[in-house]
Amino acid sequence: MANDDVSFTVARGGIHALLGENGAGKSTLVKTIYGLVKPDAGTMRLSGAPFAPEDPRAARTAGVAMVFQHFSLFEALSVAENVGLGMENPPGQRDLSRRIREVSQAYGLPLDPERLVGDLSAGERQRVEIVRCLLQDPKLLIMDEPTSVLTPQEVAILFATLRKLASEGTSILYISHKLEEIRALCDAATILRGGKVVGACDPRTTSAADMAEQMVGAAFKAPTSRGGAPGAPVLQVADLSLPPMSQFGTPLRQVSLTLRAGEVLGIGGVAGNGQDELLSALSGERLSTPGAVTLEGRDVSRLRPTERRRAGLLCAPEERLGHSAAPDMSLTENAAMTGADRKGMLRAGFLDWSAARGFAEDIIARFDVRTPGPHVAARSLSGGNLQKFVIGREVLQDPRVLVVNQPTWGVDAAAAAAIRQALLDLAAGGAGVIVISQDLDELLEISDRFAALNEGRLGEPVPTATLTMERIGLMLGGAHDLEAAS
Amino acid sequence: MIRLERRPTPSRLWSGISPLVAVVLTMVAGGLMFAALGKDPFEALRTIFWDPIFGEFAWYFRGQLLIKAGPLILIAVGLAMGFRAGIWNIGAEGQYIVGALCGAAAGLAFYPAETRLIFPLMIVAGALGGFLWAMIPALLKVRFGTNEILVSLMLVYVAENLLASAAVGWLRNPESSGFPGSRNLSRWEASANLEIWADTGIHWGVVAAVVAVIFAQVMLTRHLMGFQIRLAGSAPRAARFAGVVPGRLVVVCLGLAGVLAGMAGLFEVTGPAGQISIDFASGYGFTAIIVAFLGRLNPLGIVAAGLLMALTYVGGDNAAGNLGLPAAAISAFQGMLLFFLLAIDVLTNFRVRMGRGVAA
Repeated sequence: MANDDVSFTVARGGIHALLGENGAGKSTLVKTIYGLVKPDAGTMRLSGAPFAPEDPRAARTAGVAMVFQHFSLFEALSVAENVGLGMENPPGQRDLSRRIREVSQAYGLPLDPERLVGDLSAGERQRVEIVRCLLQDPKLLIMDEPTSVLTPQEVAILFATLRKLASEGTSILYISHKLEEIRALCDAATILRGGKVVGACDPRTTSAADMAEQMVGAAFKAPTSRGGAPGAPVLQVADLSLPPMSQFGTPLRQVSLTLRAGEVLGIGGVAGNGQDELLSALSGERLSTPGAVTLEGRDVSRLRPTERRRAGLLCAPEERLGHSAAPDMSLTENAAMTGADRKGMLRAGFLDWSAARGFAEDIIARFDVRTPGPHVAARSLSGGNLQKFVIGREVLQDPRVLVVNQPTWGVDAAAAAAIRQALLDLAAGGAGVIVISQDLDELLEISDRFAALNEGRLGEPVPTATLTMERIGLMLGGAHDLEAAS
Repeated sequence: MIRLERRPTPSRLWSGISPLVAVVLTMVAGGLMFAALGKDPFEALRTIFWDPIFGEFAWYFRGQLLIKAGPLILIAVGLAMGFRAGIWNIGAEGQYIVGALCGAAAGLAFYPAETRLIFPLMIVAGALGGFLWAMIPALLKVRFGTNEILVSLMLVYVAENLLASAAVGWLRNPESSGFPGSRNLSRWEASANLEIWADTGIHWGVVAAVVAVIFAQVMLTRHLMGFQIRLAGSAPRAARFAGVVPGRLVVVCLGLAGVLAGMAGLFEVTGPAGQISIDFASGYGFTAIIVAFLGRLNPLGIVAAGLLMALTYVGGDNAAGNLGLPAAAISAFQGMLLFFLLAIDVLTNFRVRMGRGVAA
């Protein structure tokens, strides 16, 4: 049962946190409120009136808006067109563009209405979703994992936005795994586990550890860093420049870095500063000029993804559905997608499906992926479980270098800790690991050195131990869109 | 008010039975059309669907069924590989014609030599012709990003003109005293694609179709190339990440379709058609698109779909001859089949909700 006898109340103008692990029933609960799922029993009231939405349209009409974790945007359309599609009675394009500018400025969410969504980063796409909700003037705004893609400064801006909305009387239901954030923002919290309410607290006065314990049911293991001396260079990138993937993309400008065996290098930066481009240049999806990418002394710049994998350079892109995994294919097929070569599933070009199934079962078992079995489609897994599968698939192939982009985006605390621990263990085993992330806490926690990616330029890596949040802010400094529009 | 509501996961039931429902609906709508034309609908449907298999002259029609189904299946299997990968080759008709022209030309170059080596040579030439014709849209797409739908389709019309010029010019039978058309290849022992067993309709093209079906089925389910085709069709970005080179896939899929269509053309011109003539192009290349989708892009499904489509041809001819149904009515009947299939396909991903609701 996804939800069992759940009761809670969100105050008018309150910011209410909904906490819980993957599979705790948060998504089902908010889908019920948003009219996507019909409850078997129980009642809801909105502003005192009985509330039983037939569908999301009815929920929106009643004043409920929601920003989803997986964005529902059309890549081929512009920001304004996307916003218009989600509205009941959209005004004309010109009028709509003007209103988008107004709202985005009023709430500090800079957005160009004319740009194509396909060219936006994850962080910018989220702004589209938020602005779309704000234009509906909602009574209740539901936000699912909203800060996963934001920098501390952007988080501060978002929080200011949410507080402003709350002070204007909008109620906010806030789903997040970041306990410190919830403590900073929310004034009430409901904790779910296994579909049931297991606790309620005032997060301003409850410690993060207490909340985490209630959520997980037991204290979870925080990742440990080893701090051993790094070994010989495994991956060298020299003067890597690449034109942007599209008109609005970010070019890579003379990116250079050296990754040593046994080291975790953290690369931070605001979304859309070249993270996707850097990953595609390392994965081999895009080729670079000879000499730009060297793996253990071998020039791999002109090698395709399969050959790079064979050489020991593995990657896990940010977007799970459709990039690092094929949504409609089974986990067995997804295991074969990148593992066919290194896991010996190929015999003269023929795939050994029983070996692929064995590998998928191995990943499921060792990374605690909650799923009925390797035959299910990737899309049926929750975000956290699919991410564990994707990271596990690469880690278990015993890479020399692993590059991951946003490894714990939208993943609950326990799963994120498991993923981080797996990355640390991989480095401890002598591999080099690059973690590209917008979650600075994560980078500070697991990386030995930290570098900032800003408009396609990679700064000089510095030892993480010497860093503070303020210093990082400066390293990311000059990154676009940081200051609140006023 | 009728509404469509998206299913959380595609329905396996509807995916399986939608071709059957489409066939039934086609019969109903077709029956109404025949009735409107003043014919007894039950008799018309019986003439189309029953008589060719179980009627008095079934011994003749069953062979015809395989003769029609062979090229349809052969071409459709090649097309389905591309369609699975999201590569839309609409020009199999052109590849079929050019395959026939190349194969016929290669054979006729040795006329009147008598050696059994000529027929295999013609098969290779036919396959090569179809392959090269398909490489035009393939390479244009890879090199310049042109749309393969448009280019492959336009090349059909070029191929039709090549066919006309061959029939009245460079392949014309010099002993025909001016009549258009090449020498009769099915009456020249070195090139004849005869029935392997008398009256079964099984000629080398049917054998090739069976081989192609098995080959495609094994490739799709067992081989890395088939996996890459399915991956590219299902999630293009994930496919690139996995290491699929999109350009290579375009060349392989179009090339494969070209080879099979070219071979189908060659088997046709050396067998049932007998010669290169102005009206050699009979639309198999276009009908095969319907067959591919009717068979759900699955090689085994395509066998069933090819046989069904052949039945509408053979039975349609039968009905035209016996009942005086116009040929256009038979074409419309075949069109209905694709129409209903696509319409019913919606139910795989959506469910119909009756009753109250607001207009979308």
